[in-house]
Amino acid sequence: MWLGLEPRGQRSAFWTYGSPVLALLLTVVTAAIIFAALGQDPAEALWTFLIEPLTSASGLPELFVKAAPLILIGVGLSIGFRANVWNIGAEGQFTLGAIFGGWLALRVGEGSGWWIFPAMLLLSILGGMIWAAIPAFLKTRFNANEILTSLMLTYVAQLLLLYLVTGPWKDPEGYGFPQTAMFGDGATAPILIPETRLHLGVLIALAAALLGWLILSKSLLGFQLRVLGSAPRAARFAGFSEAGLIWLSLLLGGGLAGLAGLFEVAGPIGQLTPSISPGYGFTAIIVAFLGRLHPLGVVLAGLVLALSYLGGEAAQIDLGLPNAVTGIFQGILLFYLLGCDVLILYRLRLGRKQPPAKHLREASR
Amino acid sequence: MSPEMINILLSIMTASTPLLLAATGELVAEKSGVLNLGLEGMMLVGAVIGFATAVHTGSASLGVLAAVLAGIAMSLVFAFLSLTLMANQVATGLALTIFGTGLSALMGAGYVGTALQPLPKLTIPALSDLPVLGPLLFHQDALIYGSFILLIAVAWFLYRSHAGLVLRAVGDSHDAAHAIGYPVIAIRYAATAFGGGMAGLAGAYMSLAYSPSWSENMTAGRGWIALALVVFATWRPGWLLLGAYLFGGIMYMSLYIQGLGVNLPSQFISSLPYLATIVVLVMISRDRLRIRLNAPACLGRPFFAAG
Amino acid sequence: MERRTFNKLLGASLTTLAAPAIIRPALAADPLKVGFIYVGPVEDFGWTHQHDLARKDLEAELGDKIKTTYVESVKEGADAERVIAELANKGHGLIYTTSFGFMNPTLKVAKRFPKVKFEHATGYKRAENVATYNIRFYEGRYIQGVIAGKMSKSGIVGYIGSVPIPEVIMGMNGFILGMHSVNPKGRIKAVFINSWYDPGKEADAAKALIDQGADLMAQHTDSTAPLQVAEQRGIQGFGQATDMIKAAPKAQLTSSTDHWLPYYIERTKAVIDGTWKSQDTWGGLASGMLKMAPYTNMPDDVAALAKQTEADIASGKIVIFKGPIKDQSGAVKVAEGSTLDDASIAGMNWLAEGVEGNLPK
Repeated sequence: MWLGLEPRGQRSAFWTYGSPVLALLLTVVTAAIIFAALGQDPAEALWTFLIEPLTSASGLPELFVKAAPLILIGVGLSIGFRANVWNIGAEGQFTLGAIFGGWLALRVGEGSGWWIFPAMLLLSILGGMIWAAIPAFLKTRFNANEILTSLMLTYVAQLLLLYLVTGPWKDPEGYGFPQTAMFGDGATAPILIPETRLHLGVLIALAAALLGWLILSKSLLGFQLRVLGSAPRAARFAGFSEAGLIWLSLLLGGGLAGLAGLFEVAGPIGQLTPSISPGYGFTAIIVAFLGRLHPLGVVLAGLVLALSYLGGEAAQIDLGLPNAVTGIFQGILLFYLLGCDVLILYRLRLGRKQPPAKHLREASR
Repeated sequence: MSPEMINILLSIMTASTPLLLAATGELVAEKSGVLNLGLEGMMLVGAVIGFATAVHTGSASLGVLAAVLAGIAMSLVFAFLSLTLMANQVATGLALTIFGTGLSALMGAGYVGTALQPLPKLTIPALSDLPVLGPLLFHQDALIYGSFILLIAVAWFLYRSHAGLVLRAVGDSHDAAHAIGYPVIAIRYAATAFGGGMAGLAGAYMSLAYSPSWSENMTAGRGWIALALVVFATWRPGWLLLGAYLFGGIMYMSLYIQGLGVNLPSQFISSLPYLATIVVLVMISRDRLRIRLNAPACLGRPFFAAG
Repeated sequence: MERRTFNKLLGASLTTLAAPAIIRPALAADPLKVGFIYVGPVEDFGWTHQHDLARKDLEAELGDKIKTTYVESVKEGADAERVIAELANKGHGLIYTTSFGFMNPTLKVAKRFPKVKFEHATGYKRAENVATYNIRFYEGRYIQGVIAGKMSKSGIVGYIGSVPIPEVIMGMNGFILGMHSVNPKGRIKAVFINSWYDPGKEADAAKALIDQGADLMAQHTDSTAPLQVAEQRGIQGFGQATDMIKAAPKAQLTSSTDHWLPYYIERTKAVIDGTWKSQDTWGGLASGMLKMAPYTNMPDDVAALAKQTEADIASGKIVIFKGPIKDQSGAVKVAEGSTLDDASIAGMNWLAEGVEGNLPK
């Protein structure tokens, strides 16, 4: 027996969408095996992980609250990844957005005014963009690798936040603890459904995804990105500005990450603290790939990943499983997804050297 | 040289060694055209497997061996996805780090708080009694010697051996190498596995020598710095050594100057190694010609052998 | 209540609807469900580990009267509120939230679940159904300082701090006051690594401090790395949170260890009996929440002095933050004859004379 790959010659429409589904299925199967190995009833564990978190009243709103930052960042990243701009420092841009927006919230305190929250939104976008502009500048001007510069800036951003909340921005009535004062009502994200934490950021995340999809499918920019993604050399011949796309990708990604940061601190958290993100900027990378670098796919992927966190907590509460299981599942999911993607451009060839192609086309579907 | 200076240099050597080990492996992988961003994940799995093995067998050597094998196993997952299935290397590497972080945390849960004696120092008789140079050069643990030997071996291999020439050819133009008849994928598998083994070794250095213990995420970003080092060195072994010691030195000195009572918030000093990485990257990368001359032209690009 | 109808509308799970029954233990024969939220992994061998040990012992102590649950590695931020609410939703009648960063989330959830009792460690905000508790770690630091004053030849102690917050600062100040009580010339070289747990960085910091002449190590970070470095370099030091003697059999002089069990037993029983009230507890050596690991690797007279100091702190004979105390700049922070009250200690944001280190301004 011999397993080989054969180019399809064109993208398979079926597997473009089939691959993530197959990857999810394979992950669920693998998860069941791991649960069994950990001494759990696989069916019960899967139920706890995937369904149970949604059964309570707060389940769905919480799912969207958790997914919103992932979607916002993921949409930005997926557009950049299409242009082969590898911004993996969204975590830092998220932090800067929170810092910029949070600055205004602290300045106005309990003051009110319709303009406060919109101004915070704009500031946060600006903050994220500034932090993303550094790798963009270093890449276009000095050819410095954006993967490494954006990542290093993430560490710097976290230390900057830590400095601010332990130093100049510390809550004067907070007994010296590392945190700012709580934001006033005028500087807090509006809640969409009373009694839940579902905030405006969720709507904006969905709107951003929709907008991203429109840009990608309808605009010249989207066309450029698609050409660049599939045929970089052709793009260069066509005279697309590489520097322009690098700037655009990073600014877009940074701005959306900054916005996500603001909605976390002005939404569920309500103040600046040293730990405002459980790694959204990194998880969003998985989200972008799981969503096929497609803004609408990113929405689905964000929800799936959010569910994995909620499920991980439920598994701890109900089954006593360790938290590390969540990280392993996310890694495995991404592995399967990347592996299954081969089916988009290639078909599996099973058997001896040159099997009849028609027969195999049947089998692969 | 005063005894204090010698102590400082010894501390910097320890801080630099994991960087050097991991970067040496990544250098070989990248020279063959494979960009594996999963260093951090491979190091963590190496660290936990090495530590657990050493605890159970009581043998540090077996621990080191197990860590190398674990690193290789992790890198083969990456190789299968990115080389055989032609998945995007950047994404696969990131996935490997995420996966490795979770896996090592799960496997290591039972070992947190367990302590081990550090790797024994290998003293080279007579030479270690030399003033100044003695303690620096001839009274170290085996992995520090190993990091130098491996680097020299890699430098020799890449630039003086036929196999090294082939490996570089694969990294520079996989199509040409394939046309001549070299097994591109197999060579890349081997280079990736070597990179994984070295990352495992670097992990073992963290958990067996640097601070002999296991804790979640104990490499704390060193895998990423090692990746930056390879670019910093513009893929040349000699510069890799310089870079590793420069970065190890900065990491150590950022704590040292805090102890001296420099009037700066600690967070600013803590961010020095990261800022230094950026500055150095910029200084190196702006010389596009040098990058182009030394960087493997096919770095990160998938290869499919048609026909 | 609006919440209840909302639940029904969305078809709440059985556990959610059953919750009110469990919360009133007097009416139900079911065991009291006690939840714990941890900021780190249960096996961190430091902060979270000690809380989880107490949780297990609590379960052993109270048997079938309670059932405990924990969620580990809960990030301080948006996640905390969700997890705490989830525990409340699933019928937990008493929830311990064991990190400072859980303070505001705990209060928010407490408002939504008035019948559930909450216990928040290290915070300062309370409510009708939220109590706070902490340990006077600085008492142990004072004893360490006394030992250091006797044991250090160079008079320089390397002190690895995590983050510059009051808890760490009061520990450093407690340490230097203890040290000055036997060696007025003693100094602390303080380094903040801005992380609670990073063995590599902690080891580097320990080496840097030793290279600068420190001959004793103290730490307010959770890994054993600094003590292991001390052991390798042939000097001594103090453990943190747990007894770390196994990691450094020759180096550890003693360790301040956290014991949450007595508190957890008292408060859990109070909920079962229906006598629970919101309060602030700051226990130390006297209440058994802080214990010193055995005094090892030191001469008998130093060990005897340490034991005496321990007894005197517990009995109140030694008051640690008693004037005159000057800060780094020489300004008097506590005047002769006066003592700091608990609120001033809890919010301490200055380093005492003899501590060399920087705080963010």
